[in-house]
Amino acid sequence: MPEKINLFQNKKHVNALIQAIKGLVPRPVKLMEVCGTHTMAIFRHGIRSLLPAEIDLVSGPGCPVCVTSQEDLDKMIKLASVKGVVIATFGDLLRVPGSNGSLAQARAQGANVEIVYSPTDALNLAQKMPQKQVVFLGIGFETTTPTVAATIMQAKALDIENFSVYSCHKLMPPALDALFQDDKLGIDGLLCPGHVSSIIGERAYEPLCQKYRMPCVIAGFEPVDILLGIYHLLLQIRESHPRVFNAYQRAVTHEGNTNALFMINQVFHKKDEPWRGLGTIEKSGLAIKDTFNHFDAEKRFPLDILSNPEPKGCLCGEIIRARATPPQCPLFAGKCTPATPIGPCMVSSEGTCSAYYRYGRDENR
Amino acid sequence: MKTDKILLDHGSGGLATKNLIEDVFMKRLSNPFLSPMEDSAVLDLPPGKLAFTTDSFVIDPIFFPGGDIGSLAVHGTVNDLSMQGARPVFLSLGLILEEGLEIKKLEKIAQSVADAAKEAGVTIATADTKVVEKGQADKIFINTSGIGIIENKFDRIGIDRARPGDAIIVSGYIGDHGASILLARSGLPFEAEIQSDSAPLNTLVEDMLRAVPSGALRLLRDPTRGGVATVLNEIAQASDVDLKIEEDQIPIRKEVQGVCELLGLDPLYLANEGKCIVVVDKDHADDLLNVMKQHGLGRDAAIIGHVEKKRAQQPKVVLQTTIGGLRIVPILTGEPLPRIC
Repeated sequence: MPEKINLFQNKKHVNALIQAIKGLVPRPVKLMEVCGTHTMAIFRHGIRSLLPAEIDLVSGPGCPVCVTSQEDLDKMIKLASVKGVVIATFGDLLRVPGSNGSLAQARAQGANVEIVYSPTDALNLAQKMPQKQVVFLGIGFETTTPTVAATIMQAKALDIENFSVYSCHKLMPPALDALFQDDKLGIDGLLCPGHVSSIIGERAYEPLCQKYRMPCVIAGFEPVDILLGIYHLLLQIRESHPRVFNAYQRAVTHEGNTNALFMINQVFHKKDEPWRGLGTIEKSGLAIKDTFNHFDAEKRFPLDILSNPEPKGCLCGEIIRARATPPQCPLFAGKCTPATPIGPCMVSSEGTCSAYYRYGRDENR
Repeated sequence: MKTDKILLDHGSGGLATKNLIEDVFMKRLSNPFLSPMEDSAVLDLPPGKLAFTTDSFVIDPIFFPGGDIGSLAVHGTVNDLSMQGARPVFLSLGLILEEGLEIKKLEKIAQSVADAAKEAGVTIATADTKVVEKGQADKIFINTSGIGIIENKFDRIGIDRARPGDAIIVSGYIGDHGASILLARSGLPFEAEIQSDSAPLNTLVEDMLRAVPSGALRLLRDPTRGGVATVLNEIAQASDVDLKIEEDQIPIRKEVQGVCELLGLDPLYLANEGKCIVVVDKDHADDLLNVMKQHGLGRDAAIIGHVEKKRAQQPKVVLQTTIGGLRIVPILTGEPLPRIC
């Protein structure tokens, strides 16, 4: 591991931060992180076991696969069975169950589904198989979208006819706004997602912070980053002075990545978007602009689909809104496991249920 | 007819089969047991208890950095015998070939089998080849069975024998095989090439058995599919104990760590093909570690944790993280990486 990273896992720094945090806890507090990578890092490093019991860490809608609506999932799975179509997708989506089976099951029945590690891989795939139609499943927040936008621009420049994107891209600030409108949320502070913030910048959180008087701290993903983020949230809570604080300055600026934002705006426009657990949120999703029509899989392969309601008993929607924790779900670790997932939160490696199942079933306080 | 590819005719049992066996296999593998080409080999075995195991190999790709399906098929079975404290003696070799496989590749694999068997000191006593139509198998599948001898003077070693206080040792860097195959398959442009650790552990195990009094070495296990995490869970379950390991002490190459971070994987779950997990009486742990470190394959061995009394109803494996946090290490669930061995 690079030396620089080791610095952020240094036990001495960690211990100092834990002591500082212990000195700051005024009362039980509930802090929310809205990034799947934060969720996993907190579990993987055993951070909960080090924190005082008064600090309750909950996960918000930070896992892109988990917040994808049943209808979008069904359409993507259906696309896989369209003749001549090759689906290119990140591996996380493969086993997410739709109303009628998953992509993995579609593949077992003969559908062409390829795992890729980037949208560029998908474009390369399209160039390698000109007789097929390669459809990339575009899932993700502001972190992923710029590379997809760049790929679509490249496909247009290279005049690649057999490539398109099914866009389920979502925007984080509108979802947070919708979440904070819930009176029962009871969140004392927000650990803002480091990766998303590197694109949208500190300023993206300022309206939310003012509107809801919500302490916001942008944090990185190493143990020291996360603890530093928690420390700054507690500081704001104690001072009753909510503001946006950037504890991840080595990656995040006030303005964000303006080039990336420019590219997103070139290719996508905002649309009302359905979120699992949160319902349809105004202007929270991204659709491909008309100038790039040819690369919009939804327009090229119109599908009429009747989706079943979300699985009975599954609390993914509640868990995404931090209204329930995975062990409260009747299906958790019984009917629903990573091997036999019922809801998306159990499938995605960044899903809260998956994290609880893998690391957190026994609280090691 | 001269051909550079495997044809269905090579599996007919007729002349083409005979030629293939002679040109590809006998040239490299001949020995007094195999060469008569009888229907079965007749073996003289030294005294002791008999260990008997079988394993099939379907790895994709068939050639990978650090080995190929041939060497892996020998190492896998040799190691399975060694993990019972047995000295591997004889192996069988069953091959299923896909029509169209290049004979040059088959020759290379046969040579790997011969070299690996020689290195491990085992004899291929019986063998068989079949050919299936194109598309009915993927290039080549291999099955090896093995016979080993457990000397009567050694107490039984077994997965149910871990006791609170015992030390847990791993024989070297973990996850190399899994990471190597993963990289070879992903097509990710990665600067560092990671070599599979595929290797025969029998001589290391022989040294280990002699290093400590019989009985002090509780159990041996090779963490192949499912990795170190899965083996530790199996030990906890079978011995009805908790295991506590320390992240700081686990040898992981930085390249493997890097691949894992990039692909969102945990090295504790990656397969190994030349490593063993040892549980040993803590009073003999240092002696054993020293002996292991003197063997090429145990050079990087480390004590990674110890066995504890079970705290809850369910036995479990707990990891103390680098920063001092605690978390559960569960058994592998969800998507396993297919065809890694």
